[in-house]
Amino acid sequence: MAKKTKKAKRSELTDSGLIDITKRKFRWSDYLAEKIIRGTAFLSITIIILIFFFVFRESMPIFNTAKPEVKTETEKTSGNTQETYGEVTDPATAPGVKGADSTVSDQPELQEQYGDIKDNVIVSDSVKNAAYTVSAGSGHDDNQSALKSLLTKDWVPVSQNPRYGILSLIIGTFKITIISILFAAPLAIMAALYTASFAGKRLKEIIKPTIELLAGFPSVVIGFFALMVLATFLQNIFHYDTRLNSFVGGIAMGIAAIPIIFTITEDALTAVPRTFNEASLALGASKWQTAFFVILPAATPGIFAAVLLGIGRVFGETMIALMATGNAALMDLNPFTSVRTLAATIGAEMAEVVFGDTHYNVLFLIGSLLFIFTFILNAIAEFYVKGKLMKRIQGK
Amino acid sequence: MKSINIKRFAVVAILLGMIGFAFAPAADKIVVKGSDTLVILAQKWAEVYMKSNPSVAIQVTGGGSGVGISALINGATDIANASRKMKQTEKEKLKARYNTLGVEVACAKDGITIYLNPANKVTELSIDQLSKIFKGEIKNWKQVGGADADIKLYGRENSSGTYVFFQENVVKGDYAPSCQTLPGTAAVVNAVKKDPNAIGYGGAAYAEGIEICKVKKDDKSKGCIPTAETIKTGEYPITRYLYMYLRNKPTGAMKSYIDWILSPEGQKLVVEMGYFPVK
Repeated sequence: MAKKTKKAKRSELTDSGLIDITKRKFRWSDYLAEKIIRGTAFLSITIIILIFFFVFRESMPIFNTAKPEVKTETEKTSGNTQETYGEVTDPATAPGVKGADSTVSDQPELQEQYGDIKDNVIVSDSVKNAAYTVSAGSGHDDNQSALKSLLTKDWVPVSQNPRYGILSLIIGTFKITIISILFAAPLAIMAALYTASFAGKRLKEIIKPTIELLAGFPSVVIGFFALMVLATFLQNIFHYDTRLNSFVGGIAMGIAAIPIIFTITEDALTAVPRTFNEASLALGASKWQTAFFVILPAATPGIFAAVLLGIGRVFGETMIALMATGNAALMDLNPFTSVRTLAATIGAEMAEVVFGDTHYNVLFLIGSLLFIFTFILNAIAEFYVKGKLMKRIQGK
Repeated sequence: MKSINIKRFAVVAILLGMIGFAFAPAADKIVVKGSDTLVILAQKWAEVYMKSNPSVAIQVTGGGSGVGISALINGATDIANASRKMKQTEKEKLKARYNTLGVEVACAKDGITIYLNPANKVTELSIDQLSKIFKGEIKNWKQVGGADADIKLYGRENSSGTYVFFQENVVKGDYAPSCQTLPGTAAVVNAVKKDPNAIGYGGAAYAEGIEICKVKKDDKSKGCIPTAETIKTGEYPITRYLYMYLRNKPTGAMKSYIDWILSPEGQKLVVEMGYFPVK
């Protein structure tokens, strides 16, 4: 039986003269593998969309309060909390804390205390007199003022009147991104050009893995290095005033971005057809001229994509920014002052923020902003590089 | 055939037993989580206590006051360390989940120390001056009797309990926007160590390699640095309690652990680690 069918197939092939791929034998393993691969691809897309949806949803309440319906709702909830407040005070009041001072009296429910310490006076009188309490930030009411303060320059989320001006954070992020790319891109591109065009085979095998090893460096380590060593070193050279500033942070982030830019640029340079090189050399150009005026321009789209990816890395970098930039939300364009970046703000403040609070919503808004910026960057890389730049360079 | 079956059965049984053993809760396990200010002390307590009571396993992690308290609310920890009092919103959440307001245990005292670089000529500041410095109203060391140089402010992130405490009790206003915030007290100390015009604040236990600024209540009183003496008498103006929060009144192993912490033996370790006893 088996022999017969084989023969029949062979004759079919010889008849038509072509191999008919569509009539292949159906195989379950192939079918399943294909479905699984497709499933994982779609799953990753769905997860990304869901993450974005979640981040965006959490940031929405700031915009919502402007509507009157929601306002009545907040009134209701505040009424609710007051009720529980009345209910609980009678049974739960702890003994021995009755002569409470001002810091305690505004807390309706008293906790039990254990141990001998019943005295709540922490700070001695002179300090305590002027009662300044930071708002606990329970406010749905201050959502509107938060929305108004969004485009100012003050980032003071923990205060009597909290202000969430993200303008200084955005400017800070761009400032540090520009500094680090100005530092990292030329270095990485030159290094890639050297390894691709000049370095011998032996040397290339040492240089490439070494620089790529830097990509696997934990950013905490780079940040720590910047905080302890780099900051002092750079201050001794440039004699600027603030020890931790956007310049130090930018250089440290550049160190993190170099391996990414280097690897992709190097790949783009080696992908340039050998004929370009040979033609240029045959026309009498020197090795340097070939590298700079033939190979480098031919690889421009790849280099552009590499730089954009480097920018993406710097943009979302949290730990280095947290450790090396000083984190003061100042709004100026001087490279030697402290900055606070968007990512570092989330990293520093998310852990302690009260769930569902205005501050919490604003942090999620910053998260969506970061997401949108990276999305735009990637879109530029995709459409501009693959579409226009590639065509122009290939002379179409 | 039979012997193989028995062997297989034995292997499976041993494996199951091991898995069961790994997941079975230890006799007395106490999880402690919270404030970074308190973490070194909490670890010391756990270490010493476990040595004399081997049946109790105590696991200590840091993360910040808020992290510890939210873990207490989520049920992920038994004790939450905090360098600040619990906020009203947090109490409400705990109440909604466990129908309890929690139990507060003041376990140590801490003097908030003002750090200065040793090269700084200024050694004494009043509370009022500190407030103005951190608000950004005094910008030059000349204005408080130092050299003619800009003051560099270093502080903690606004998620820190120390940040809020210092803001409420000393600064009494918003920090100057130029105040640089660093992750962790150790980072603040390190920054002040390396910057001659720096001023920073944080726990007393971390002060090393820097100059501790003398603090006066007002212009008339005498300035002093935080020591066990000055904190006990209330002479040093900026002190706070460090707390442990529990969900319910402690019982069993937890009770004996907390009683031990509050006992003279536990409080001796407080002094040893650079903090101050509650009494």
